[in-house]
Amino acid sequence: MDKYNPFEKILIYSGILVFMTFILLPFVEMFYASLRPLDHLFRSPYQFYSDDLSFWAYREMWNTVPMLGRYIFNSFFLASCVAILTLLFVIPAAYAYARFKFPAKNTSLYLLLAINMFSGAVILIPLYKLLRTLGLLNSYQSMIIPGVAFLIPTSIWLLKSYFEKIPIDLEEAAFVDGASRVQILRHIIAPLSTPGLVVVGIYAFIGAYAQQFLFAITFNQKKEYMPIPTGLYEFIGYQSVKWNEMMAAALVGMLPVLLLFIFLQKYIVEGLTAGAVKN
Amino acid sequence: MKQKLKSYNAQTYIAYALIAPAAIYIILIVAWPLLETIRLSFTNSSLAGEDYVGLENYQKMFSSKKFNGIVSRTFIWMFFSVSLKLIIGLIGAVLLNANLKGRSIFRVLVMPPWVVPIAIGMLGWLWLYNGYFGIIAGVGMRTGILDGPFGFLAYKQSAFISTIIADVWVGTPMVTVFFLAAMQGVPRDLYEAAYCDGASRWDRFFKITLPQITPVIITMSLLSAIWTFNSFEIIWILTEGGPRGATTTLIIDTYKQALGNYKFGRGAARAVVVMILLMLFAGFYLALLARINRKISHG
Repeated sequence: MDKYNPFEKILIYSGILVFMTFILLPFVEMFYASLRPLDHLFRSPYQFYSDDLSFWAYREMWNTVPMLGRYIFNSFFLASCVAILTLLFVIPAAYAYARFKFPAKNTSLYLLLAINMFSGAVILIPLYKLLRTLGLLNSYQSMIIPGVAFLIPTSIWLLKSYFEKIPIDLEEAAFVDGASRVQILRHIIAPLSTPGLVVVGIYAFIGAYAQQFLFAITFNQKKEYMPIPTGLYEFIGYQSVKWNEMMAAALVGMLPVLLLFIFLQKYIVEGLTAGAVKN
Repeated sequence: MKQKLKSYNAQTYIAYALIAPAAIYIILIVAWPLLETIRLSFTNSSLAGEDYVGLENYQKMFSSKKFNGIVSRTFIWMFFSVSLKLIIGLIGAVLLNANLKGRSIFRVLVMPPWVVPIAIGMLGWLWLYNGYFGIIAGVGMRTGILDGPFGFLAYKQSAFISTIIADVWVGTPMVTVFFLAAMQGVPRDLYEAAYCDGASRWDRFFKITLPQITPVIITMSLLSAIWTFNSFEIIWILTEGGPRGATTTLIIDTYKQALGNYKFGRGAARAVVVMILLMLFAGFYLALLARINRKISHG
């Protein structure tokens, strides 16, 4: 195949530069703002340059946003609960879709996809009334319960494709040798599907971490249960915002998912695009 | 024969038993609320109680000028946002598909806006759009494009455009990644054959790449339309639908009616409109997917 000549190379790289600037500029600017002293940020006329950059805001933010630690804990706690619950519901269902033939199999799979297309916003009213009747408003449960429902569909599709990769011959051989279904599950399927389970679990965790806004602002008003996005959003409503600390806190809030994703991006993207591209 | 029939049934029962927990959960938390929303739309439900009022909510909604404005605004917002995502996503995918050094790093660097919680990313955009001290106003003032501080989220038109840009920022990475995956799925020998026949890079893109990835482009535009239509956090955090309703889309309006004033009945009527539109989108999408699948399985 033909190679790129220097002119084309420059053209492509500058295109990439423009594209990447659009994608990454907000992060760079957030980080830069978090390093600058507050009085440098609020300077008129506008100045790009600050000389005394420091991580001061990262120390100070814990005082300015007193419950920041609690918000971070809540975000982790909520995302973990949602991910674990999602896995519990999804593992048996995905296994059934991967291994058995039964009536309405394809129809129900497509219905699951359709659920993915509904925003949580359309069902808020009945859920609000339901949670209110059950006395669950302003609690962790009020965010976990609807959160799980919206992660089940994609997780089933993802995990199903992992289960399908485990050769069925292995199971059949064990079955012929007289192993029970439980034994097959424990000794063959469980170990072989661990990587898939980890990927789907992390997908659910990231999804649960990212979804902590709509349900959280609607069903929970108590500060002690707020996840980071809601906690910080509420904070912006107050008086004058200390933007350097706010940006520091926002970056700390997005770091966990970013790290998880960078390590596992290959598997997650493979799984997600396989569903949409090859099918 | 009997044996086979029995084992088939047993298999079906096991499968249903395994699926039951997930199915029941979804029915309780998603399907029932959808139906309940439809019922509530015929009532004047509020925190105090409810009475059936027939079509009153719908009559009021459709006769209000404001609502009609919101519907058309939603579609205009969606049109610009989705087209920009597709165009930028396609250009981005072509650039990152070029066989040059560093492309694997760039491919990871595209993804952060997609992965990071939208709500937190929007806090960053709030700062960028700050009229006095944000970098966009800053560049504008320094270059003389702006002759003073300019609050991008404070004026009707600029707020409308600003929310679109933020939405494009969130949605582009996914479109790029999917297009890229599709481009990589195009068989290499097609390109090699075309190269041997003397086709230029341009020709190869328009005559091979583009037709080959068309199914993905179509599915992505539908999916992207659905998600853009559903977009709530971006507008809510940046403008809460303001200034003076300039960025109020259907989803924002539904939320405000239902949970801003606890007028559940009116909110439910709007939610039903949203639902019907979403079902149309979803129907298109699933029909399309089924068609593409059939094409693939028939060779």
